[in-house]
Amino acid sequence: MAAVWMLSLLLSPCCLLWPTCLALTPPAELPQPHNLPPLLGINSSDGSLSVDLSRALRVFSMDYHHVQAPFEIVLWIMLASLAKLGFHWSGRVPAVVPESCLLIMVGLLVGGVIYGVRHSAPPTLSADAFFLFLLPPIVLDAGYFLPGRLFFENLGTILWYAVLGTLWNVLGIGLSLYGVCLLAQSSLGDVSLLHCLLFGSLIAAVDPVAVLSVFQEMHVNEQLHILVFGESLLNDAVTVVLYKLFESFLRLPSVSGLDVLLGGCRVVVVGLGGLFVGLFFGLVAALTSRFTSRAQVIAPLFVFLYSYLSYLTSEMLHLSGIMAIVTCAVTMKQYVEANVSERSNTSIQYFLKMWSSVSETLIFIFLGVSTIQDVHMWSWPFVCSTLLLCLIWRATGVLLLTAVVNKLRRNAVTFRDQFIIAYGGLRGAICFSLVFLIDDFPKKRLFITTTIVVILFTVFVQGMTIKPLVELLDVKRKKRALPTVSEEIHSRLIDHLLAGIEDVVGYWGQHYWKDKFEQFNRKYLRRFLIREDHQARSSILRVYQELERREQGGDVEAPASLVDPRSHSRPLLPEEMDSIRRILSRNLQNFNNKQTPAYSRHTLHQDATMDRTRKPLHRHHSLGERYTYNTITHWPQGEAGEFNGSRRVRAGLSRSHTVCSISPRLVLQDSAAPAASVQADSREDQISPQNQEPAGRAPKKQLSFVLENEKQQ
Amino acid sequence: MGSSSSNMNNIPDGQQLLQETGFSAAHIVRLYERFEFLDKDNTGHLRPEDLETVPDLDKNPIGARIIGAFFPPGKETLDFGSFVRILAHFRPADSNRARDGAQQEPANSTTGKLRFAFQLYDQDGDGKISRDELLQVLRSMLGLQVTEEQLQCIAERAIQEADADKDDAISFDEFRKSLEKVDIDHKMSISFLR
Repeated sequence: MAAVWMLSLLLSPCCLLWPTCLALTPPAELPQPHNLPPLLGINSSDGSLSVDLSRALRVFSMDYHHVQAPFEIVLWIMLASLAKLGFHWSGRVPAVVPESCLLIMVGLLVGGVIYGVRHSAPPTLSADAFFLFLLPPIVLDAGYFLPGRLFFENLGTILWYAVLGTLWNVLGIGLSLYGVCLLAQSSLGDVSLLHCLLFGSLIAAVDPVAVLSVFQEMHVNEQLHILVFGESLLNDAVTVVLYKLFESFLRLPSVSGLDVLLGGCRVVVVGLGGLFVGLFFGLVAALTSRFTSRAQVIAPLFVFLYSYLSYLTSEMLHLSGIMAIVTCAVTMKQYVEANVSERSNTSIQYFLKMWSSVSETLIFIFLGVSTIQDVHMWSWPFVCSTLLLCLIWRATGVLLLTAVVNKLRRNAVTFRDQFIIAYGGLRGAICFSLVFLIDDFPKKRLFITTTIVVILFTVFVQGMTIKPLVELLDVKRKKRALPTVSEEIHSRLIDHLLAGIEDVVGYWGQHYWKDKFEQFNRKYLRRFLIREDHQARSSILRVYQELERREQGGDVEAPASLVDPRSHSRPLLPEEMDSIRRILSRNLQNFNNKQTPAYSRHTLHQDATMDRTRKPLHRHHSLGERYTYNTITHWPQGEAGEFNGSRRVRAGLSRSHTVCSISPRLVLQDSAAPAASVQADSREDQISPQNQEPAGRAPKKQLSFVLENEKQQ
Repeated sequence: MGSSSSNMNNIPDGQQLLQETGFSAAHIVRLYERFEFLDKDNTGHLRPEDLETVPDLDKNPIGARIIGAFFPPGKETLDFGSFVRILAHFRPADSNRARDGAQQEPANSTTGKLRFAFQLYDQDGDGKISRDELLQVLRSMLGLQVTEEQLQCIAERAIQEADADKDDAISFDEFRKSLEKVDIDHKMSISFLR
């Protein structure tokens, strides 16, 4: 609570400065302040305030106009960041209210204050500022940290939802709204079909910013996360294209069939064009990063410059900027990471996070501020029907699409997932900016009002209630059919088995293209784009470094509370049962053993590292397994002394015992049998030691191992 | 990927495999191409090392067991016929196949599939999944994230749930019973092998 007081103390000078600044800047409509007392000597010609005692030299003067623009920008950003800080310090509030809601409320407050002071509309979010400055960092951040493998494995489903789902929503909402307008001829008669379709196209867009900020607080499994997130990214391309399409149709005198056909072609061109622009810039960036070894400090700059350039280029060519920037980020990531130094990598990641965070906060605050407007046009039928239709069409769209796509996926999208996808379709700032860009027509104000209402509704109502509803669904699901532990284990085993068999068979759909790409990548791209000395950096070194990094910084989700390690055979308490189930569902959810925690906006997680660490580790798990288990079971009886001794030595070597244990194992990878003992030993290091074992011998080390494991977990 | 060089005549035991496994001719040809691709030194047999070159199999927590399932103990080579017969387990079950009593349970029936999965656990082939075997599998699947005590508890619980005859091991029938709510046919089939 003390922190809250401190924070409000910090915020108050900010709030005090604001109105004074805004009061000082004479808004265009207000008359010049002639009637102010002469003592203050306000010089209205240059706006500087000075105490006009005499014509002597001015000791103290203030010139606000000089710094006005950057000053205000900085104040806005400061407000946004302080609000974010305050939010995180405010105790239990984050659990209930998602951050986006609070930011919008702060924006509303500030907007209200400004309105009160100036008696005119506060500055609104200009569409240009939004699209050119605020949106790119967020999308770049999303693209850079995209879990690549998961994304491409689910790409079919994601595209299905993004393209077809958006089309369904757009056409459905547009046509239904037109029907509503026809029904309410009196008030809405002048809204044409094209206008309705245009409105439908911008309101159907699920916003990645809003979705991400709400999913932060909800822990969903990563497959669901990538589906919703990928969909929100890709559907932006579809939305913007459709929007521009309908807008250009509106400007045409008449729309013929040919125009519609051309429109369809345009969609494809825009999408693919953005993709290629992104690819081009990504490759150039990768190539540039190859040569940055002598000027390491500016290496991060290239990442940002090239990505932004790709965005701007595709915007210039009227292609999809979002696709371009995402593709650029995804393309250049692996090469840049291999080329630049560790510190540059860290800087890149931190800067991306920082910018996208600030951007997102600013967007939400501006959304709040812009709600306070002079002229709102309200129409009950239009607004209510829009809200309703959005929900209905999204729900039906998701249900239908999932029914089809489940036949083709092995991991079906469950009902709970479908509910989350449908209900989690939040609208955000993209709709808002798009609506401002519409050419002026009589009912534009109505559209703006409706858009604001829809955004506020989805962010507040849906954002706040999605978590409790999901928990309710989980409870219901649990009540109905508790999957037994053995069922879960066996199911996961079968999943892994099927994945393996698919690999063996060379299942055409998933792996053929991936293999081809990997071959191409290895033969040509990596050799061309990665620095010579870094190419030979084998997986062993990389694993070592990633493990070190993981140790120092990373934080894998901690499993549930430590289960009582006493006797094996007593029946388990319900709490333990729950913790077991939680462990299983959290760990075994990682299909194909992807141990990545779901993408988190506010933390840097080493997801890329996980993939690479897994590779050699599991080679040795699998190779080691066949040989070592005999030795482990025999271990207590036999060579206890020798193994213990070596284990203690190994423990004494360094704090990071897994690193030690893995490297020698990797080096010895080719000699199976003689390495068996080493493997057994080192494998024993990873698993916390059996309790019954030579407890007398090295109790302290055992304890420290257990603690190490816990800490790492 | 249609290479025109192989047709059914070039494949050893081609016709017999067609009958036995129920694959279509096109699929047998495709599998033969895959077999030849994996068989890098063209001996006509696969060895464990050939299967280990399959990408992503090393990332699979039970990758070694899967490879082991192709090579039963004692055999170090795998010919095409055995390869296909093992893969036949993963064909979706035929719904309307008339079965007379004498005919053996086809490999791709639910029981056949379950038996294949069971064998992944039961490495020593005694027909039961002992606690140790279960622990081994759990360890490889859950890996580094869970402590040994937690693994023991999970394995304990799994055996408690399934073990009807209290012999501290899971027999095949108990295994099948614990999976009765799962749609095995859908889960354990590879759709292109239809």
